[in-house]
Amino acid sequence: MTVFIIRRLMQSVVVVLLMSFLVFGGVNLVGDPVEMMVSDEADQEERERVIRSMGLDKPWYAQYGYFVINALEGDLGKSFVYGEPALQIIVHHIPATFELALTALVMAIVIGIPLGVYAGLKNETKAAKVIMAGSILGFSLPTFWVGLMFIMVFAVMLGWLPSTGRGETVPFLGMQVSFFTMDGLRHLLLPALNLALFKISLVIRLSRAGTREAVHQDYIKFARAKGLSTRRVIFVHLMKNILIPVVTVLGLEFGALIAFSVVTETVFAWPGMGKLIIDSIQNLDRPVIVAYLMIIVIIFVIINLVVDVLYSILDPRVRLQDVKG
Amino acid sequence: MSNGIEQTLPAEEAPTAAKIDTPFRRFLSDFFDSPVATGATIVLGCIIFIALFAPLISPTDPYDLATVSVLDGKLPPGAESMDGMTFWLGTDGAGRDLVSAMFYGLRISLGVGVMSGIIAMCIGATVGLAAAYFGGRTDNLIMRLVDIQLSFPSILVALILLAVLGKGVDKIVIALVIAQWAYYARTVRGSALVERSKEYIEAATCLALGHKRIVFRHLLPNCLPPLIVVGTIQTAHAISLEATLSFLGVGLPVSEPSLGLLIANGFDYMLSGRYWISFFPGIALLITIVTINLVGDKLRDVLNPRLQR
Amino acid sequence: MTTTPTLQVDDLQTHFFTKQGIAKAVDGISFTVDRGEVMGLVGESGCGKSVTGFSIIGLVDPPGEVVGGRILFKGEDLVGLDEERMRRLRGNRIAMIFQDPMMTLNPVLRIDTQMIETVLAHEPDVGREEARRRSRDVLGQVGIASADERLKAYPHQFSGGMRQRVAIAIALLNKPDVIIADEPTTALDVTIQGQILYEAQKLCRETGTALIWITHDLAVVAGLADKICVMYAGMMVEEGALNDVLDHPVHPYTVGLLGSVPSHNNRGQRLAQIPGMAPSLLNLPTGCPFKARCTRADGACEAAPEITQPVPGRDVRCFHPHMEAAQ
Repeated sequence: MTVFIIRRLMQSVVVVLLMSFLVFGGVNLVGDPVEMMVSDEADQEERERVIRSMGLDKPWYAQYGYFVINALEGDLGKSFVYGEPALQIIVHHIPATFELALTALVMAIVIGIPLGVYAGLKNETKAAKVIMAGSILGFSLPTFWVGLMFIMVFAVMLGWLPSTGRGETVPFLGMQVSFFTMDGLRHLLLPALNLALFKISLVIRLSRAGTREAVHQDYIKFARAKGLSTRRVIFVHLMKNILIPVVTVLGLEFGALIAFSVVTETVFAWPGMGKLIIDSIQNLDRPVIVAYLMIIVIIFVIINLVVDVLYSILDPRVRLQDVKG
Repeated sequence: MSNGIEQTLPAEEAPTAAKIDTPFRRFLSDFFDSPVATGATIVLGCIIFIALFAPLISPTDPYDLATVSVLDGKLPPGAESMDGMTFWLGTDGAGRDLVSAMFYGLRISLGVGVMSGIIAMCIGATVGLAAAYFGGRTDNLIMRLVDIQLSFPSILVALILLAVLGKGVDKIVIALVIAQWAYYARTVRGSALVERSKEYIEAATCLALGHKRIVFRHLLPNCLPPLIVVGTIQTAHAISLEATLSFLGVGLPVSEPSLGLLIANGFDYMLSGRYWISFFPGIALLITIVTINLVGDKLRDVLNPRLQR
Repeated sequence: MTTTPTLQVDDLQTHFFTKQGIAKAVDGISFTVDRGEVMGLVGESGCGKSVTGFSIIGLVDPPGEVVGGRILFKGEDLVGLDEERMRRLRGNRIAMIFQDPMMTLNPVLRIDTQMIETVLAHEPDVGREEARRRSRDVLGQVGIASADERLKAYPHQFSGGMRQRVAIAIALLNKPDVIIADEPTTALDVTIQGQILYEAQKLCRETGTALIWITHDLAVVAGLADKICVMYAGMMVEEGALNDVLDHPVHPYTVGLLGSVPSHNNRGQRLAQIPGMAPSLLNLPTGCPFKARCTRADGACEAAPEITQPVPGRDVRCFHPHMEAAQ
């Protein structure tokens, strides 16, 4: 198990290094950073000074070296727009995004798994067909458009819920969260549901497919032949088997939720890192873009690592193989 | 198999052989067996027709400044223009007829989606075939790359690229291709690996046919069914992705108004109750994506040999 | 003959309503099994043996359905019995062992979980510790050493033979009156097959459990059963005491089946073969289903044969039984 984790950790470091190289290359190859730093009226001397201060007169590998060393010290440059360290700005926006993604993930599980298992068990019923048609729709609906429709129906027409922004937050474990105030929850509901919609469809499909496959397995029939109650067969024998793929995929999808929060946050003006990156792209705020990319890469690598470890804990067959290998 | 019934139902061998039955005809009859798939195909046909002939069938040219009047702006569906023309779905902020704008938008959206889909498919299929055919270190390297890329959602990859590249039709196509080639590569490699171990490839190798001939004339045609299915689904995905990116303001420039941009433009008016400017382009986008997905779903059922008993 | 037999199946009919038509998987099976008795249910693949087993235990899934006949368990008809009552019998009074031991145990649950739940499902009051103790004892009975340790393992840590022993142990847990074994040794090595057969027989003798052993292998039945029931295309064609049937088969199908098995008696001779193939259950011919492959078929076989007793103690479904052999 330890060997397995160490091996995966080393892989992750390679991926992060690779991505840092790509991000560095992308930002420096495309577009001239000097152009961005220096005003049009600046004379040649001023330009040279900036070039030297940014280390741009050095060869590329030296520049990359400085970039990595600075990054390791947590210095990814200062935002052109806010004038603060870029990393600090990103970190400041993380809790709002995580709160949104986490709520969406919980929604996907709580709504998706029961519907999917039901559709799998009662395959031929009308209700099951409605659920599956709904999930196809959920897959096809563009997230941003659904967000707009949510705002139109629930905020503009019905006036039940606020349309934009984050509600009242209270500090919790050193972060500002909206779970504990009514206002915070009201603001959270629509964006989280919007973000969750695609994942709900995914979970429905996965758990339905898993259920359909499992019900024909001998071990389910054997469990029934043992005289177990239907409840135990479904909630222990069936669930435990379909949970493994669903949890794996959902874990990986947590990263996708953070990525897609870019869309939801823009629609609902949710002050997370997704809205920040879109604003930064529009303002050409390169240090923030670079910091965002590095942070998101690290988040993804961590998520992948955690999912792999979790998977091996959940599925005894995988665990044993790793002990041997 | 504890349940004896599966073994007891031998497929009806004799009767079907009597009919003239080409694989393609069988595919067609299987495909149009379902009313949903038939309906979706017809609707998709209409959408493609509209996209191809938008300039000919649009009631007005929404980008001809001579005919568009700001005075007609933000009219609700069914309203009449200053010169007596009816705007069936209303007008947008600049006074353009929404029906026409949607026809043109559909053209751009479909064009970008299909183009990036085809390019990504060609690149992905070639890379995937190469990985499967040559195996060993080539395969390892390519698949490691594919795995790493697929661990990032395509929207993020496209967003990163566009952040670096900037706006433009060519740039969004590049971004979509890079974001999607890996799906094709993985699919093709998977089925090519299965095919490669079969005897006909061995036979072709024994005949000393060249690599290129074996890969493209023997291996590729047998990997086509899954490729077609993934191609359909990914094209729908590309269209949705382009709309999303354009909505976010990082995709197409204002001079190329796809459905996503139309929706983004309407967003500003939505809070004042002028829903139609975002609503109808969204519906058009939705119908396009749903029909492509439905067709893709049915294709998967029909082409998947595992499901055919 | 006044005592009620443990299990009496009476003209059972189980049909599958598929899109291609009605498949009569079981269409007229009758037999009885008594305390401590072992019955071999024999037939080719797909003749409805397994479905018969599932019908008895009430686990025929749609599109299948028991459409006729009776299944009397200690006098109580199981056909149409309400689900809760049926559940209480399942795994408790009537247990079943499946064909493929690699598939029967839930891969993600430990052996102890899967055994203890079987006890608790029927006797919620015994408590986990007592249930664990019983599980350990039964594992010992089926020849699994260091049962305590084995209980904590997952199925994939066991070999196929071991898994089948576990499955048998689970079937034995609640000391059932009837065990239906659906080809439990087919997937195993011959040596392990022999051990398991021997143990199964011994356990049934000791506990008085009636055993229905479903198989296509006449050799297995010959070494194990007291009586034998031969099925063809969903129908029972011959039933009787083991030695009587093996020595003097009466139905042409049984004759053919026995003729195709190598033995001492026909050494050096060419093995007989039954010509043709078993018909599809979806469209059975009218009349006797075996007539197309039967050397004795004639016009009479266009009608469906009823069960007769051409020899005492033998049920046969045929117009032209091999009476000369029985004399």
